[in-house]
Amino acid sequence: MSLTSELILDAAAEAVAAILAASDLEDLKQVRIDYIGDRSTLAKANQSLGTLSPELRSEFGKIIGVARSTVNSAYENRKVALEAERDARVLVEERVDVTLPSRRTLKGGLHPLTLLTNEISDLFLGLGYRVAEGPELESEWLSFDALNIPADHPARSMQDTFFIEPLDAKLVLRPHTSPVQIRTMLNETPPIYIICPGRTYRADELDATHTPVFGQVEGLVVDRGITMADLKGTLDFFARSIFGADVKTRLRPSFFPFTEPSAEIDFFFRGRWIEWGGCGMVNPKVLLACGIDPDEFSGFAFGMGLERTLMVRHGIADMHDIVEGDIRFSQSFGSGAR
Amino acid sequence: MKFPLSWIQDFTPVPTDIDLELLEDAFVRVGFEVESIERVGNDVVGPLIVAKVVSIEEVTGQKKPIRYVGLDCGEVDIRYVICGATNFTIGDLVVASLPGAVLPGDFAISARQTYGKVSNGMICSARELRLSDDHAGIIVLPSDSEIGSDAIALLQINDVLVDVAVNADRGYALSIRGLARELAASLALPFEDPIGAIDADKYLFTDEAVPVHIEDTSAASVIYLRTLNSFQAKAESPLWMRRRIEKCGMRAISLAVDITNYVMLELGQPLHAFDRDRVNGALHIRRAKNDKFLTTLDGQKRNLHEDDLVVADDIEPLALAGTMGGLSSEVTPATVSLVIEAARFDPISIAKNSRRHKLSSEASRRLERGVDPSLAKFASARAVDLLTQYGGAMHLGSAMAGEPRYSPIVDFDPHFVSRLLGTEVGSDVVAEKLRIVGCDIEMLTANHWRVDPPSWRSDLLAGPDFVEEVARMIGYDSIPSTLPMAKSGSTLSPLQIRKRTMTTLMSNIGFAEVLTSPFVSEAMMSTLGLDDERGRAFRIANPMSEDFPYLRTHLAPGLTSALVRNLARGAKDVAIFEVGSIFLHLTALPIAENVSTLHRPSDAILAKIYAGVPHQPLHLGAIFAGNLESRGWWGAGRKGDWSDAISLAVRLVEESGNDVQVHAVDIAPWHPGRGAELRVNDVVIGHAGELHPRVIANLELPYRTCMFVLNLSAIPFAPVKRALPVWTMPAAFQDISLIVDAHVAASDVERALRSGAGELLESIVLFDRYDKVDEGKVSLAYSLTFRAPDRTLTAEEVSGYREAAGAAAQTRLGAIIRS
Repeated sequence: MSLTSELILDAAAEAVAAILAASDLEDLKQVRIDYIGDRSTLAKANQSLGTLSPELRSEFGKIIGVARSTVNSAYENRKVALEAERDARVLVEERVDVTLPSRRTLKGGLHPLTLLTNEISDLFLGLGYRVAEGPELESEWLSFDALNIPADHPARSMQDTFFIEPLDAKLVLRPHTSPVQIRTMLNETPPIYIICPGRTYRADELDATHTPVFGQVEGLVVDRGITMADLKGTLDFFARSIFGADVKTRLRPSFFPFTEPSAEIDFFFRGRWIEWGGCGMVNPKVLLACGIDPDEFSGFAFGMGLERTLMVRHGIADMHDIVEGDIRFSQSFGSGAR
Repeated sequence: MKFPLSWIQDFTPVPTDIDLELLEDAFVRVGFEVESIERVGNDVVGPLIVAKVVSIEEVTGQKKPIRYVGLDCGEVDIRYVICGATNFTIGDLVVASLPGAVLPGDFAISARQTYGKVSNGMICSARELRLSDDHAGIIVLPSDSEIGSDAIALLQINDVLVDVAVNADRGYALSIRGLARELAASLALPFEDPIGAIDADKYLFTDEAVPVHIEDTSAASVIYLRTLNSFQAKAESPLWMRRRIEKCGMRAISLAVDITNYVMLELGQPLHAFDRDRVNGALHIRRAKNDKFLTTLDGQKRNLHEDDLVVADDIEPLALAGTMGGLSSEVTPATVSLVIEAARFDPISIAKNSRRHKLSSEASRRLERGVDPSLAKFASARAVDLLTQYGGAMHLGSAMAGEPRYSPIVDFDPHFVSRLLGTEVGSDVVAEKLRIVGCDIEMLTANHWRVDPPSWRSDLLAGPDFVEEVARMIGYDSIPSTLPMAKSGSTLSPLQIRKRTMTTLMSNIGFAEVLTSPFVSEAMMSTLGLDDERGRAFRIANPMSEDFPYLRTHLAPGLTSALVRNLARGAKDVAIFEVGSIFLHLTALPIAENVSTLHRPSDAILAKIYAGVPHQPLHLGAIFAGNLESRGWWGAGRKGDWSDAISLAVRLVEESGNDVQVHAVDIAPWHPGRGAELRVNDVVIGHAGELHPRVIANLELPYRTCMFVLNLSAIPFAPVKRALPVWTMPAAFQDISLIVDAHVAASDVERALRSGAGELLESIVLFDRYDKVDEGKVSLAYSLTFRAPDRTLTAEEVSGYREAAGAAAQTRLGAIIRS
C-alpha cells in the first residue's frame, strides 16, 4: 500500500461517516471493528509507518495521528449519545404503576388505651412525676380502709366490687388505682409526685358506656405547701394537653371519703360540659393512715376513666368497640407514630 | 332530688323569672349537679277557669261515651261543652278551657260543632295540661275552689322544675329546706328556716300517747311519736299539697300519706303513720332477731334478717325501720287514730336494711345519708299541724325516747383556709361563709376559733371540712390555677420501658393489640389443657357471670377468644397480641386483718398485708392465623407457622439484650411436637409454637394457628451492653453440608459447628435443609463467614476452619460431612 494523505483523509472521513450512521450500540460496535480496529485502513496505515523514511514517517505520522484522533473523538461522542438513548429507552420500559397497592405485611396497631396511657404518662413524666403501678388483685385494706372508705360503704358491697373467694382472704379486684397511691405513701416519704394508670374493676354490666374491666388514671402529689390551686393548675394542664389548648375546665364541689375538700372536674368540649373525674385535697385521715404528718404535708389527688377520656376525645360511641378485641379498632389507631 | 322552684320561694325570695342558666349555675357552684331544669306552663294560655258541672246529657249512638255538659263558669249563661270523660258528676268542680285558650302542643281551643252539638270550650285532664301522665279522666277540683277563678294559678301550672343530684354527705339537701338554704347562699339572698315557724312544744307528752322505747341505742338516737284521734281518713288532701308532691316526682295517695310525704319533702325528715288501733302496746326500735317475716306495704312478704332494724309493737314487727312500713298497721280509709313516727335512725342500719331487701325508698335514701337529729321533734309537730288542719285530727299526746346527738365543736384556725386553697381568704370572709352554712363561731384568738357545726351537718368534723364549706361559698372558680412540678426528675421503670418498646415492636411487625376480658370459664381452661399449676386460679365470689368466675392464669383464653371473634367477623389473616397481668394461686397467702387506719400500721402488719397479695406477673402473648405476609397482585401470601411464633418470641427477648435458648417441649396448649420453651440463663421465660390440633379443633380455630407467650416480669434486665469492635478486613465465605440423624436438634449442630470453627467465625446461616426420610436422616447446609481483625484470611486457612467445624460436628453428633 502506498501511503498518501488523500488515502488517509478519505479513510478518516469514511470512518466518521460510518460512526455517525451507526443507529445503535450494536452497529457502533461493528463500526469500531471496521474503522478503528486493527484491520481498519487507518490502523494499517499506522502500522506501515515503520517502512517509511524518517522524514516521511514524521510527516505521515502527524497526518495519521490527527485522523485517528478525529475518528476516535467521533466514536466516543457517538457512543455517549447512543448510550444515553438506550438508557432513556430502558427507563421508559422499566416504568411501573407506583400506585399499585404495596402493603405486604399485616397492619399492626396499639390499642388506643395503651396509646392514651403512654401519652398521659409522658405528660406527667415531663412534670417530674413517676409512673406508679400496682397489683390489680389487691388487698381490701389498701383498696378501702386506708382510703377512709368505711366497712359499710356501698362501694364495698358485692354489688359494686369484685371479691375473691374465700371472702376472709380480703382480696378484691381493685375498684380504682388508689391502692397504688396508698402503697406509695406507705413506702416513700414526701415529696411524692406520681401518676397511676392501670386496669380497674367494678361490677357493672357491659353496655355502651360501662364495662366491668376498665382503665383509670390517678394522680397524687404530697409535698409541703400543696394547695387546691396546685390541683386546679395540674388539671388545667392535663385537660389542655389531652383536649386542646382552648379547653375550659371547672371544679364542682363533690364528696369522696379520701379527699376534703372534694370536687368533680368537668371540661367544656365541643359545645358542652363533660364530667371527667373526681379530685380533691388528700384527706388528713388518709395521710395519717400512711404515716404522713398532715401538719407538715398536704396533697392533692385526682382520678379519671381512660375509656371515657378516649370516647370523648375520639368520638367513640360504643364501649364494645374498646373491649371486644376487634383488630380493626386497634389497626385504625396504628402504632402511635407522629 | 326533683322539686319546684315555687316551693323554694316559700323560704327565700328567688325571682320567679330568674334566668335558668343562672339558676343552674347557682346550684352547680355550691355542689349540686343539675340533672334537669325546665320552665313549665308557658305553653298554657288562658282563659282556663274553675267551672261547676250543672247538667250532663249523655249523647247516645256513639262508639264511646260522650257527654254534653252544662258548666257554670261564673258567667251569665250556662256554657255547654262536649266531653269524652265520665269520672265526674253534677256538682263537681272542673277545669274549663274557654275559646281563645291554648293548651300544650299548640292546641287552640275554639267553639266548634261536634257530635251534633256546639261545644263552647273543653274540660281538661291532667295530661292535657301536662301536669301528670294521669289520663284516667278529667281533673275534679276540691269542692272549696272558687267558681270562675283562674285555674292556671290554682293548679300552679307555671313553675320551674329542677332535678339536682345530692352527694352522699349532704343528706340535708334532700329537702326543700336544705336546697333553699343552699340556693339562698349561692345567690346571696336571705333565707328563712321553716323550723322557725313550727311550735313543737305545744304538743304535750301525755299518758294517752303510744309509748316508745329505743332498745338498740346504736340504731337510733332520738324518736318522737305523736298520737292522734278523730282523724278523717277520707278527707281530701289540699290541691296545692298534691301539686307540690307531684312536682317532686311522687304521687298523691291519701291525706295521711300525703302529709307525711309533704313534710318529708319540705324538711327532710321521713315520717311514718301507723293506724293506732293496730298497734299493740308500745313501739320498740329493735333488731328483728327471732322474728322471721314482715309483709311490707307493697304486699311483699319479706324474710327478715336477724340484724334488720324494725319498728315493732309489743307483739311483732310493724315496719322495716326507715325503709318501708308494714301492711298490718297501714293507714286505711277506716283509720280514725294515728301514730306519727319521726326518728333519727342510724344511717348504716338503714343502708343495710335497704340493701338486704333491695328496697330503696324516699325515706331510706334520706336516712342512710343522715338526717338532722333536731328534726324528729319539729317534723312530727308539723305533721300534727297539717293533720289537724286538713284531717280534723286531735292530738292526744306525744312520746319520745333518746336524745339528739350532734357533731362536736371543732377547733379551727381560719388561716388554714388560705393555706389549703392557695388563695388569700380573709378571716372575716371565712367567718361570714361559715355562718351562712349554719355554723356558730367562738373566736378565742385570731388563730384559734371554736366552730360549732349546724345540726344538719353531721359531715363537718375536721378542719378540711370547713375549708370546703368556705370554698363552696366563695366559689371553686375563685381558686387560682398554679402548676407544681416535682423537683426531682423521673423516668419510666425498666419494666415500663420494656412494655412500651415491646408493644411498639409488636405493632410494627404487624400485630394489633387487644385487651381481653380476664374472666375465664372452667371449660375454657380445660379445653386449653391448663390443668397443671396453671389451673390454680382465683375464683371471684361475685362474678358478672357464673360461667366466667375465674381470673385468667394465662393469656391463651383471651387471645383465642379474640381470634375467634375476629374470624367470625370475616377477618382472614389475624395477628393479635395482648399485654396483661395473670393471676396464679400457687401458695397459701397470709390473711391480714383490716387494721385501724388512725395511724400507719406497723411494718410487720404491712408486710403481712403485702404478702397477702399474690405476685401478678406481666405477660405478653400473641396469636396468629392465616397469612403473615399478605397475598396480592404480587402472588400468594405466606402463612405464619410455628417457626414465626418461635422467631418472634426469640426476637423480642433478644431485643431486651438477653441470649435465648430454645428447647423442644410438650406443654399445653401447644402441639407436643411443635412447641418450644424459651429460656434465659436456664430460667423458662416463655413458650412458642403451633397450637395443639385438639385445641384447634375444639375451638374451631384455623388449621395450624400459632401462639407465643412471654413472661415479661421474668426476663432479666440485661446489663449495659459492651460494644463489639467492627472489623473491616475482607470476609471469607465457606459452605459446609452435613448429614445427621433426624432427631438431632439443629441448635446442637450449630453449636458444634461454632465451637469447631474457632474465634474468627463471624456468622453461621443454615441455608438449606431436607429430610432424607427413608434413612431417618436429615441433610443440612450451612454458610460460614470468617473474618480476622488484622489481615486478609487465606483460602487454606479458612478451609482449615471449615474442616475443624465439620470435625466437631462429626465427633459430637455423628455428622457425616458431604464432600
